[in-house]
Amino acid sequence: MENRNIKRLLGLGLTTGLVLAACGNGGDSENTETTSEEAGSGEDFSIVMVTDIGGVDDGSFNQSAWEGMQAWGEENDKEVNQGYAYIQSNEDSEFVPNINQALNADFDLIYGIGYKLQPAMEEVANANPDQKFVIIDDVIEADNVASVLFKDHEAAFLAGVAAATTTETNHVGFVGGQKSAVIDRFEAGFLAGVYAVDPTITVDVQYAESFGDAAKGKQLAAAMYSNGADIIYHASGDTGNGVFTEARDRMNANPDQNLWVIGVDRDQTDEGVYDGGNLTLTSTLKGVGQVVQDMSNAAIDGTFAGGEVSNFGLAEDGVDLTEGNLSEEAWAAVEDYRQQIIDGTIVVPEDPAEVVAE
Amino acid sequence: MLSENKKTLTNLTVPILSVVLGLVLGALIMLGFGYDPIAGYQSMINGALGSPFYIGETLRYASPLIIIGLGFSIANSAGFFNIGLSGQALMGWLVSVWVAISFPDVSGLILLPVSVIAGVLAGAIWAGIAGVLRAYFGTSEVIITIMLNYTALHVTNYLIRNVLTESSDATARIPEQASLRMDWLSQLAGGSRVNAGLFIAIVVTILVWIFMTKTTMGYEIRSVGMNPFASQYAGMNAKKNIILSMFISGGLAGLGGVLEGMGTFNNIFVQAGIPNIGFDGMAVALLGLSHPLGIVFSGLLFAMLKIGGASMPLGSGVPTEVVDIVIASIIFFVGANYLIRFFINKFSGKKDVKGGVK
Repeated sequence: MENRNIKRLLGLGLTTGLVLAACGNGGDSENTETTSEEAGSGEDFSIVMVTDIGGVDDGSFNQSAWEGMQAWGEENDKEVNQGYAYIQSNEDSEFVPNINQALNADFDLIYGIGYKLQPAMEEVANANPDQKFVIIDDVIEADNVASVLFKDHEAAFLAGVAAATTTETNHVGFVGGQKSAVIDRFEAGFLAGVYAVDPTITVDVQYAESFGDAAKGKQLAAAMYSNGADIIYHASGDTGNGVFTEARDRMNANPDQNLWVIGVDRDQTDEGVYDGGNLTLTSTLKGVGQVVQDMSNAAIDGTFAGGEVSNFGLAEDGVDLTEGNLSEEAWAAVEDYRQQIIDGTIVVPEDPAEVVAE
Repeated sequence: MLSENKKTLTNLTVPILSVVLGLVLGALIMLGFGYDPIAGYQSMINGALGSPFYIGETLRYASPLIIIGLGFSIANSAGFFNIGLSGQALMGWLVSVWVAISFPDVSGLILLPVSVIAGVLAGAIWAGIAGVLRAYFGTSEVIITIMLNYTALHVTNYLIRNVLTESSDATARIPEQASLRMDWLSQLAGGSRVNAGLFIAIVVTILVWIFMTKTTMGYEIRSVGMNPFASQYAGMNAKKNIILSMFISGGLAGLGGVLEGMGTFNNIFVQAGIPNIGFDGMAVALLGLSHPLGIVFSGLLFAMLKIGGASMPLGSGVPTEVVDIVIASIIFFVGANYLIRFFINKFSGKKDVKGGVK
């Protein structure tokens, strides 16, 4: 009889899971509700993106790419799921099946959004030399793949400058997604930017080990704010939404303090709205959406950059920093450093190990 | 043995009804969200069986599920609820890949079996911890195995980051000769990742069936599960059987992990959460009524749901989240089969007990 009880227990567990799944994803279904409408596409060129961990509503990296796709779709009179679509990856093990999905659905151009897709895309790209691919944030050496890199460290440097000129506690924080070459660039740039302004500032660096764990992000932010940090820069996709939540909760509870979050990859001003104002200090921008539009148009024109590696920095308008809620003084400092980076007077390190507070 | 026959019939009706009701509920949910359930299920079936590639992927996904389901059923026969299959599978995955990448120059004839056995042992030992604690200290195996899931997750992530690689997300690929992939099989299946794990699953199913029904050890395990006191009175060593059943259960879960590591992915990467495969394996065993043949069929069904479900967003516009809810509702009815059994008994039982009760 114990058996039967166990089955009931399992049933209960599964129901709870079902309910949670239903609640947790409510927002996503709204976004895609309109997608079932059928429509013919004028030209038959179609593009698809496979997301990094997290959905296209992460407010950050994936969303910036998806917004680029939507803009491209509008420009070319395409309908969602006809001319352009996304495939969501919820865990690392889904990358290969998702890319194969895209392949089997006969899309003309497949985007891999994020370095995490590199091994999976490399495998599929080598097996399908006639299919065109674009990988963001990593390099695949194959004639059918265009690789796109961003000089995230340059934008992160400016974020560091913004944080250092704004902090009142001389203490700031950095929350990374997963330790990796890409997030290393963010960390290194941020540290270098902070130290360039004031080497005595304390910088807490923590990793959530996930790009999709908002709870972990909230926890890390709570620890940092409690330890005296007043500005946190996150480079962690969906995880960063937890950082925003923690900051909002604290500001709502005690509006007298001055806590800030620096957003990443797209203008995250919307995430910073709390009862008494906005706590998004500024955001680093990453032109993933623009790249998606440009690459798609190039592929239609027959000028697809297969086998090439592009690298976009401040000078190429590939990355940038928003003015956001920065004071005039802080913005002036940012402008100054921006020019120095573009001129080449400052070379921003890509590896945190190279950064030292002098 | 007339009633025994009737019981078998009910036993078969329950899982079939579970699946049918689950599909109906799934259809209602799709209707409720405004999607076409027929198109939805069509693209699911297409995505699971529509081409050699998809058939291959479905078989690939089913293989470890079946093995892990068998693992659950053995502990379940002995009266234990091994909820730690995920952790055990992860340990098997980790250790097999670890062994394989440590000896890149050893011939495949030695390396392959050694890696597989190492993985199986790792899973067995991981489950054995819970078995020993249960046998000698009477601790609840449910709690211990749940906790060991987290331990396995974090130990694995730590080892990948700090020991197997230099703070990278994923290990290198295992040497070619240690892989379970078979070129002719992949080619037959349109380039899918189906591998020798398929044959391992078939062999293991037969072995488990023989073990449980034809050997003394299997008989003892079942007997301890039915009545531990009577078994002890009959001279069986309860402690030995507790540990043995957990050991075999974990070994099979470990083997499931080995198939993931050496067959599907050929490496191991940082996991954001406890892998689902263990929990799915548990549901597979329950739907299959802990019978080897039943587990094979339910494993195939689960794989069809999972692999086919991935095609639904692109094929019919049903978003990923609704697909997850549909799959969960099918699993829900599997878990809630007590309800179905209750109604069947109520309707068929009336005739039987008429004379007896009144």
